[in-house]
Amino acid sequence: MDDRGKQLVQQISDMQEEDAVKLARAMLDSGYDPVKLLGHCREAMEIVGKRYEQGEYFLPELMLAGEMLKAIGDMAKPLIKQDAPGAKTAGTVIIGTVEGDLHDIGKNIVTFMLEINGFKVIDLGIDVPVSNFIDSIKEHKPQVVGLSGFLTLAFDAMKKTVEAIRAAGLRENIKIMIGGGQVDETVKTYTGADAFGLNAMDAVSLCKRWVPA
Amino acid sequence: MSAGGAAASASALYEQRLKRLMDAIELREPDRLPTIFFSHFCAAHYCGMTCREAMYDYERLATAVCKAVVDLEPDAYQPVHPLVAFGPTMEILDYKQLEWPGHKGLAEDVAYQYLDSQYMAPEEYEEYILDPTGFMLHKYMPRVAGALVPLAQLPMYPGVLHTRIVQSMEAYARPEVRRALETLIRAGEEMQKMRTVHNRVAQELKDLGFPMAAYGTTHAPFDVAADYLRGSKGAMLDLFRNKDRLLMLMDKLVTLIPRAGIEAVKAAGGNMVFIPLHWGLDGFMSPKQFTTFFWPQFQKVLLALIDAGIYPHVLWEGDCTSRLDVIKDVPPGKCVYFFERTNLVKAKEALRGAVCVRGNVPASMLITGTPNEVREHGKKLFDVVGDGGGFILDAGVGIPDEAKPENVLAMFQCAKECVY
Repeated sequence: MDDRGKQLVQQISDMQEEDAVKLARAMLDSGYDPVKLLGHCREAMEIVGKRYEQGEYFLPELMLAGEMLKAIGDMAKPLIKQDAPGAKTAGTVIIGTVEGDLHDIGKNIVTFMLEINGFKVIDLGIDVPVSNFIDSIKEHKPQVVGLSGFLTLAFDAMKKTVEAIRAAGLRENIKIMIGGGQVDETVKTYTGADAFGLNAMDAVSLCKRWVPA
Repeated sequence: MSAGGAAASASALYEQRLKRLMDAIELREPDRLPTIFFSHFCAAHYCGMTCREAMYDYERLATAVCKAVVDLEPDAYQPVHPLVAFGPTMEILDYKQLEWPGHKGLAEDVAYQYLDSQYMAPEEYEEYILDPTGFMLHKYMPRVAGALVPLAQLPMYPGVLHTRIVQSMEAYARPEVRRALETLIRAGEEMQKMRTVHNRVAQELKDLGFPMAAYGTTHAPFDVAADYLRGSKGAMLDLFRNKDRLLMLMDKLVTLIPRAGIEAVKAAGGNMVFIPLHWGLDGFMSPKQFTTFFWPQFQKVLLALIDAGIYPHVLWEGDCTSRLDVIKDVPPGKCVYFFERTNLVKAKEALRGAVCVRGNVPASMLITGTPNEVREHGKKLFDVVGDGGGFILDAGVGIPDEAKPENVLAMFQCAKECVY
C-alpha cells in the first residue's frame, strides 16, 4: 500500500475524522483510484471492528467510523466509472426490530458490524410485521435472520415471527438469532430461535459460525 | 376487627414496611427481605386493561393499581399514574417525543415508546449553554409539542426590561400565541385531573399501609444530553466532535437537574427519587468515556440530591459490572442501585458498605417461567447477596408488563420467607 493509503487507514482507524476526510478528498482530487480508496476504507473498518471486539472501542467509535465511511463513500462513489467487481459476501443476513417495538440502536450496530465483517445485510427497519420477514426471506434467501427487540413485548413478537417462518416452510435452511434489551437464554428457548446474543460481537460470531467462509 | 383497629394496624404496617425499606437502604439488616413494586403496565394488565386504557382512564387505573398493591403486598410501590397516565394531555399538546398505544401506528396494547431523535442541533450548544430556559421555551417546547410552536414568539426576557416588559405583553395577545396559551391551560387542567387521582391513590394506599418508593423522577446529565437533546447518534458523535461543548452543557445540567428533582420530590412530600439511566452501561461507552462524560457529572447530581435529604433509586440498565468500582463512590447508606443484568454478587461485593442493591429477577423468568422458578431464584438471590442487609428484591427493570400474575405473586411472597 502507498503512503497516503496507509495514512488514510491509520487516520480512520484512529478516529481522526477531520484529517481522514480531508486526506480522502485530496487523494481523489489528485486522481487517486476511488475503488482503491474504498478498499483502504474497508481495511480501516476491519481494524475498527477488531478494536471493538477487543474492548478497545465502543459504540461511539463505531458510530464515528460509520460517519467517516459514509462521508468518504459519498465522495468516492460518483467517481467510479463502472461497477467494481462485487466483493464476495460472507453470507446474507436479514435483520429487523420485531413488530410493536420501535427501538433500533442495537439493531443498527449489529448491522454495521456484520457489514464490516463482509455480510450482506438486509435491514427491514423497526416495527416489522411478520409478513415482511417472510417476504424478505423468500426474496433474499438469507442464511441468517436476526430479530431485534428492546421491550419485553418483543418476546412474543419474536416467538410469533419464528413460528410464522416455520409455518411458511422456511425454517429448515436458516438460522435465527435474537438480541436486545432483556433477551436471554430463556427467551431464546421461548421464541424457538437458535441463539441469542448480548452484543454485536456475539452476532458476528454466530453468523461466522453458521456461515463458514 | 373494628374499623379503628384496622386503621391502627394499617398504620403500624406502614411504619413496619417503611422501616424494613429504610433498614435495607441504610445498610442495616431488616427483619426480612424488602420488596418494591415497580411496573408500567403490569397492574393494568393484571386487571384486564390495555396499555391504552391505562394511559387514558385514570379511575380504572387507580382501581387496578390499588388491587395489584393490595394483592402483592410489597413493602413499597412506585406510583403508576405519573409513569403512564398522560394520554389525554399528550393529545392536547400534540406531543411528539412518544408514540403511544392506539396513536398513529401502535396497537392498543403496546407500551408507549420514546422516539430517539435530534431535538437540539450541534450548532445550538452555545444557545443552550447561554440560556437553557430560553432555549427550552423558544426552541425545545415547540419541537416536542405541535400545540406549542407559537411559544417561539414569546419575548426574549433576559434582554427585555423596564417598560419594554410592559410593551412585550403584546406578544401574548397574538392569535396563535393566545391559542398556545389556552392549550397550555387545557393541558394543565387535564394533568391536574390525573394528579388528583394519583394523590388519592397515594393516600388510599398509605391508609392501607403501603409507602411510596418514588416521589419523582430525574436523570443523569449525559442521558439528558443524549436522550432528550442531541439524540443517541448525535451524542455519540459529540464525544469526538463537540467534546468541550458537551462538557459545558453538562456543567449546566449538574445544577439544573437536581434543582428540578429536589423541587418535585419535596413538593410531593417525600424523600426518594427514581433515576433511570440509559447510557452508562458496559459496552456503550469506554471506561475512559464513562469517567469523563458520565460519572463525574452524575455523581454531582447524586450528591446534591443526597444533600437535600433525598434517597436516589438509580436504575442501572443493562450490564454495569465494569462500572462498579467507580460508582461505589457515594456516601454510604444513601443510594439504592437497581440493576438489570449486572451480576448482583459482584455488585454486592463491590458496593458492600456503600450502596443498597436492588434487583434482579429476570424479565424472561417472570414472563415465561413458573412460580417455583421465581421463588427459587428470589431465595437464591437472598442467600448470595442478602447478608447484612442492603438488598431489595425486584425484577431487572421492574415487573415486565407481560409477566404472569402467578409469577409476580411468587416473587413478592418469596421475600416474606427470606427472614434475617
